[in-house]
Amino acid sequence: MADLQSQDYIRRSASTMTPPSIRNHEQEVAKLIDVSRCIGCKACQSACMEWNNLRGEVGHFEGSYDNPSDLNPSNWTLMRFTEWENEQGNLEWLIRKDGCMHCEDPGCLKACPAPGAIVQYANGIVDFISENCIGCGYCVKGCPFDIPRISPVDHKSYKCTLCSDRVGVGLEPACVKACPTGAIMFGSKTDMKSWAGERVEDLKSRGFDEAGLYDPPGVGGTHVMYVLHHADRPSLYAGLPDKPRISPLVAVWKGIFKPLALAGMAFGVVAGFLHWIVQGPNEVQPEDEAHAAALIDPPDGKQ
Amino acid sequence: MTYMRGTLIRNTTATRINHWITGACFVLLMLSGLSMFDPVTFFLSGLFGGGQSTRAIHPWIGLVLVLSYCGLIVQFWRDNLPSRDDWAWMKAFGRVLVNEEEGVPELARFNAGQKFVFWSMTLLIPVLFATGIVIWDVYFSPYTTIETQRIAVLTHAAAASAAILVWITHVYAALWVKGSMRGMTQGYVTPGWAWRHHRKWLRRLVAAGSRGPTPRSGGRARGP
Ligand code: HEM
Ligand code: SF4
Repeated sequence: MADLQSQDYIRRSASTMTPPSIRNHEQEVAKLIDVSRCIGCKACQSACMEWNNLRGEVGHFEGSYDNPSDLNPSNWTLMRFTEWENEQGNLEWLIRKDGCMHCEDPGCLKACPAPGAIVQYANGIVDFISENCIGCGYCVKGCPFDIPRISPVDHKSYKCTLCSDRVGVGLEPACVKACPTGAIMFGSKTDMKSWAGERVEDLKSRGFDEAGLYDPPGVGGTHVMYVLHHADRPSLYAGLPDKPRISPLVAVWKGIFKPLALAGMAFGVVAGFLHWIVQGPNEVQPEDEAHAAALIDPPDGKQ
Repeated sequence: MTYMRGTLIRNTTATRINHWITGACFVLLMLSGLSMFDPVTFFLSGLFGGGQSTRAIHPWIGLVLVLSYCGLIVQFWRDNLPSRDDWAWMKAFGRVLVNEEEGVPELARFNAGQKFVFWSMTLLIPVLFATGIVIWDVYFSPYTTIETQRIAVLTHAAAASAAILVWITHVYAALWVKGSMRGMTQGYVTPGWAWRHHRKWLRRLVAAGSRGPTPRSGGRARGP
């Protein structure tokens, strides 16, 4: 969303030069979503629409509390409801606020072919710079969390910005501001981790032995973290990936394959040129014409 | 088209138009595709009016390429069927490379190198088409899983790279073997060219009294 300026970047998509970040004194930020305190009121969802001035199409009831039924270009965060019967046969209502995780190692940015369409700021926020976006959908393939959505209207990709425009001027994200139970917290990543530690302790003392923090190392950690009562099984929460990582297919495509292919093409051209200057063209000789003429019109007159 | 008297027709007017539509599509696809492949070639998107329009137009050109290439398959498949001479030609490839004609077998309309180009493209273009449809986000993204799209985009990039390598070989061979280019621009070659590179083809034309491109075509291969 907000483009801040290039010295705030630590990563820039499809760029051969790393931008010279001078904001290395910047603290890494994080949003902590405490699933155990969420009541599913969707105030955060409304606040997100409100701040970003987004109004999606009115959809249809799909038989679930999820509303709308999926993330979309004008709905960057979504409460996902799961009814789960635990081992004791009790119903647990698991509610997870879905949205961009702001990965430390963002797969979307790795896959993006458009220079500067996806950037990461020194504070850790991963932002889509829409004016550079070409709408190819590669970020969708790069993301381990199935987050970006391409707008059919302007063919650009959209997702949660972590309110980079608010954070840039010292405000907390709109969802954090709106949450009535304090289930969404925002601050430096260090603070959020220690706060999460306290929450996990509390949950454990209340019988949730597997409570824990979701800050998946497979993507280098995330700048949106969850406190889960069942941190041993993240996928209970509407399919939150248990061990997210950038797909090896994407890693091979953007990692080893690209330079190899370009080197192969360059080699092909150079080999051709070398052959040309060493051996030169293959020219038809006068003898060839003479032989051919003799074949077509034999000197003795018969054919 | 009036061909030079005493020459052989290597490709008919219809074949040549078909070939150059294919070639133009391929070059445009290569330029637009490469611009989305790596940052160093992103500037090529400027040729198509920027990133958004490059992304939008590439698959449409692909569609034209597929249709056009089908035409080439219809016209060329028969002369590209493998034959015994291909093996002999490949064994003599060292001589071919150094422009030496001794010990290189007489050949019909296409040599093994040309057949390789034909069959590689006949394989790669459908692969590019199938994978290209899967990653054509605007229209087809709802029909496949993201994992399928990941496989498709990697396969598309791999097939495109292979096709570009084959294309480089194809273009270089046309520049290297003098007289070939005219065979596809103006459509004719000299009898000496045919004697030197495709002697069996020449013999068959002469025996059939045809001017080319195949023994079944009309006209006589006679000098003025
Ligand atoms: C045959 C029909 C083809 C179709 C339907 C097709 C479609 C596509 C699509 C949908 C994309 C993704 C970007 C976009 O949305 O525009 C793409 C990327 C690409 N295409 Fe094609 N394409 C075709 C043929 C070709 C050919 C013949 C070449 C090369 C000679 C080629 C080279 C590429 C390259 C290099 C990319 C970028 C891949 C990457 O980023 O790794 N394509 N193509
Ligand atoms: S969750 Fe997806 S869209 Fe968000 S930063 Fe990670 S890879 Fe990018």
